[in-house]
Amino acid sequence: MVIASQKIEEVSFLTKNILDVQDLSVEVSGKRILNNVNLQIPRGEVHILFGPNGSGKSSLIMTLLGFPAYKVVSGRIMFKGRDITDLPTDERVKMGISVAFQNPPAIRGVKLGGILRYLLPNEEKLNDLLARVNFPPDFLNRDINLGFSGGEIKKSEILQVLAQGGDLIVLDEPDSGVDVENLRVLGTVINEMLRDRSALIITHLGVILQYIDADMAHVMMDGSIVCSGSPLKILGQILNEGYRWCEKCQRAKTLRCEL
Amino acid sequence: MSASKDAALRAINKPAALGPDLDISQYSRQPKNWEPCPISSLPEDIIRRALEVGVLPEQESRSATFFQIDHSVIFEAVQEVFEGKIEIMSAKEALEKYDWLKDYWWKVISVDTDKYTALAELAWDQGYFIRILEDQKVTIPLQACLFISTDNLNQNVHNIVIAEPGSEAQIITGCTLHSSVQRGLHVGITEFYVKEDAKITFTMIHNWAQKFDSRPRSGAIIEDNGVFVSNYMCFKPLKSLQMYPVAYCRGVNSRARFNTIIYGTGNSYIDVGSKIVLQNEGCRGEIISRVIATDKAQVYARGFLQGEHSNTKAHLECRGLLLSDEATIHAIPELMAKAQGAELSHEAAVGKIAEEQIQYLMARGFSRSEAEALIVRGFMDVSIFGLPKDLERELQKIVDITTERAL
Repeated sequence: MVIASQKIEEVSFLTKNILDVQDLSVEVSGKRILNNVNLQIPRGEVHILFGPNGSGKSSLIMTLLGFPAYKVVSGRIMFKGRDITDLPTDERVKMGISVAFQNPPAIRGVKLGGILRYLLPNEEKLNDLLARVNFPPDFLNRDINLGFSGGEIKKSEILQVLAQGGDLIVLDEPDSGVDVENLRVLGTVINEMLRDRSALIITHLGVILQYIDADMAHVMMDGSIVCSGSPLKILGQILNEGYRWCEKCQRAKTLRCEL
Repeated sequence: MSASKDAALRAINKPAALGPDLDISQYSRQPKNWEPCPISSLPEDIIRRALEVGVLPEQESRSATFFQIDHSVIFEAVQEVFEGKIEIMSAKEALEKYDWLKDYWWKVISVDTDKYTALAELAWDQGYFIRILEDQKVTIPLQACLFISTDNLNQNVHNIVIAEPGSEAQIITGCTLHSSVQRGLHVGITEFYVKEDAKITFTMIHNWAQKFDSRPRSGAIIEDNGVFVSNYMCFKPLKSLQMYPVAYCRGVNSRARFNTIIYGTGNSYIDVGSKIVLQNEGCRGEIISRVIATDKAQVYARGFLQGEHSNTKAHLECRGLLLSDEATIHAIPELMAKAQGAELSHEAAVGKIAEEQIQYLMARGFSRSEAEALIVRGFMDVSIFGLPKDLERELQKIVDITTERAL
């Protein structure tokens, strides 16, 4: 066991990419939702994932986490140089993937504080995190996500990711449904969090880009990544022309899966 | 022969309206004989079992204690600082002491309800009398333990709880048995009288054995502005349990609340309900139950709200979590309005653990079994019962120990 884990460490040291998704195709209930996805995130880089509703962005995250409904039919996911395609969720997470969900489920009787204390047993550090996202301490006694407002869900998710730590931070729409004031708080916290870390961030309108520096952006259409490039340039195009701009793109046409 | 004996004799073969019918002649009426003694000098294993149902050996943590083993009362005492504020003694002693007590005897529950109430009249084995005196607010809980030390014993207790006007108290009753006891029948009659402006929080915890039968019969009458809160918890397997306690909100603005947590395991047959009857202006009622069924347990979760007066309101919430395909949860919520302006509502939901919830927790690093345990424990969160903080902590501890063992 010890030798094996040393080997993994060794390999992970050598790999340039913290995440390397190779030719990944995924089905849910027999329906293809991701098609030959290739995505490399080098260590220390922050990547943005754009795409219209239903294009497969969140599905990619669920597949990265290994949720059982998402069946990998071909390709593989390399994390820190190790093939994690068949690992259970909790093992992937322990290797260093931290995800902030877009629509997390409410769980009655399971307290936000209970989860946070499991992730970060140091009460002092936890209180510090709470202060940073401007969360009142009595929020810890709330049932997780039960009756949370949109903004509270975002804050609670970021808080959990902060407590969890990890080397690859994945944020699914951290900026949607958040008011201006809270957006500033979250943006600042996320920016600090991403220092020296790698990240994959899904955003619709790119509001979060006002607060963070991203290295690369990708556009997902119909389950494939059809375009990659400068985040601000791609965002500009999307804001100006919408995703029609991608549909017109010759390169994107050849890459798109025909389902 | 008294009228109640007469009625009992006529009802002794009358099956209960619900639950499997038991042959009451199959149980023994030969108890072990126990001499009075302090609880701390009881055998270690009895103390431990009592602790599991919330009964503490240290007298200073409780304002008063009643302890009965089989048919013998072995301890009854009020802590010195609470003397003159509360009374606790065996019901037999109380009936001899207070002539007026007969006006409280079989007045909420009918002696001829079924063979079990009849049995408690014809073969009566003590039980407790608790009285909180007028305007006394007792901050530390009273406790009572009904213990069975003899295999296949039949124990029939009749308890009376009177909260005089303006009084307040919490009572914890633990019913359990020695680890050598497998079979038996416990019948517990409890009649509550919550008078004007009084408040009683009554918590009953049951730990029985796989071949054991239990038939509690409880009822409460609540006068003007009175509050009755009943908490019931049953976590260990048993052969059969059937009860359907009822609270009559008789006075203006009187309130009743039933909180129930059932963890059905093994081959248990559990049929537990709660009923609230709203009989006057401004009455309020609430029934909350949480039922988990695993292995081959069969659990009926009933609830009945009856509105007999205008400007009354009550809600029933029943949630069931099924952890095995061989187990059953049958939720039966009922509402009956007999007066315009009685607002009654219910919500009931039965299902398995949502896979989405498990995955979410696994994405936080919990293993699948840890995630399931967390969800089950959360399902039995006692903080929704709105209890005093100390009591809430005590009950949560009991829940936690049980879930830890079970999962």
